[in-house]
Amino acid sequence: MIKKIWAWIQRFSSPKHFYAISGKLIPWFAVPAFLLGIYGLYMGLFVAPTDYQQGESYRIIFIHVPAAWMSMFIYIVMAISAAIGLIWQIKLADMIAAASAPIGAWFTFLALVTGSLWGKPMWGAYWVWDARLTSELILLFLYFGYMALQSSIEDQRTADKASGLLVIVGVVNIPIIHYSVEWWNTLHQGATVAKFDKPSMHIDMLIPLLVMALAAKLFYAAIVLMRARNEVLYRERNRQWVRDLVKKL
Amino acid sequence: MNGSEFSWSEFFHMGGYAVFVWSSYGLALGIVLVNIVSPLIERKRVVKRVKRAIARDRHASQANNS
Amino acid sequence: MSMNKRSKRKLLVVMVLLGMALASVLALTAFEENLLYFYSPTMVKNGEAPSERKFRVGGLVVAGSVERATDSLLVKFDITDNAESMSVEYRGILPDLFREGQGIVAMGAFNGQNIFVADEVLAKHDENYMPPEVADALKAAEQQ
Repeated sequence: MIKKIWAWIQRFSSPKHFYAISGKLIPWFAVPAFLLGIYGLYMGLFVAPTDYQQGESYRIIFIHVPAAWMSMFIYIVMAISAAIGLIWQIKLADMIAAASAPIGAWFTFLALVTGSLWGKPMWGAYWVWDARLTSELILLFLYFGYMALQSSIEDQRTADKASGLLVIVGVVNIPIIHYSVEWWNTLHQGATVAKFDKPSMHIDMLIPLLVMALAAKLFYAAIVLMRARNEVLYRERNRQWVRDLVKKL
Repeated sequence: MNGSEFSWSEFFHMGGYAVFVWSSYGLALGIVLVNIVSPLIERKRVVKRVKRAIARDRHASQANNS
Repeated sequence: MSMNKRSKRKLLVVMVLLGMALASVLALTAFEENLLYFYSPTMVKNGEAPSERKFRVGGLVVAGSVERATDSLLVKFDITDNAESMSVEYRGILPDLFREGQGIVAMGAFNGQNIFVADEVLAKHDENYMPPEVADALKAAEQQ
């Protein structure tokens, strides 16, 4: 039974099979991402009411919070992929990890900059070294570290091993980011949505936030498939099927 | 936005936070575009590289045959 | 690939993870003091705040305590954690969210007269987001 499942996994995780399937999947993520993005922007900028405390400035939340969620979500996807690649030597998993890194780094960068642009008018400072902001900055460095290891090590298998190990070790940073606002006195406020009781946000503000978060997830799915396909073509460039395919392009 | 009549100038003004709000949204749009364009460019580069490798290998095999 | 090799690698991954987790817990415990972004008035009263260097205090601005100078940017106010309170003096531009009842974090040190002289005041807002009508309704309900 286990042997059968294993054979099935290996067949479906073959780069060739993935390349064919993913090409068809991309529009199924990209189109809903685009539509939800437009809807979320409309809801967030035109429908969501003004905040009682922060006025219009709080509208940065519709960019900032989805970006921050994505920065952590993509990291977890990367770490799981890297672990699968490391333990079971599934090449496709390493390619997914490599394809995720730049997207995750961009979302982390966006979360940091929009947070800074929100912090200046509300807190009075672009940047403070509290536990939340510092741990999110460390996340950006983990992404950079992964990409640096990937590009600096010539041998692909060694590169995947070294960078994969870094990402797996860095996972400890994820709960630190999430719980930093509870564990320590931070300037950053506590969680709004991810609480055990109901989220402390008006429903008309919560809906655009969740729509934007979903749009960001679908966007990531589409882009990571595009990037992973490039990884397949490059890493499997000596395979006959890739050569046959490229000749037709 | 405040329940009364909608005005575009008020909308762009963002209650005095226009600089902060619009640079956030602008940056997000820019990053989204970069993320879409860069894998497309990367794909062209990879295809070119593979094509070059195919050509190189063909030359090598022809040289061996002659 | 032999099963033995695979389980060895698995073990290595698990060991590295555990090692890193342990190291981070130790590091975080050691640095807890540095990670603590601000001290509350109660902590200050109990002498937990450093006396030889600048530090941050955080609390709610006491209603009716804000005094602004008419000829300069000097502001005096009290902050409280609902148990203890202390006086703060600041010269400069306050963040937009600064108001009575608002949480703030001030960086500075005590002068001779037991007044905390701040050279930076940051506003800390809560995690609640709602339109003003709802906030007013909640307030009215609370008062009843």
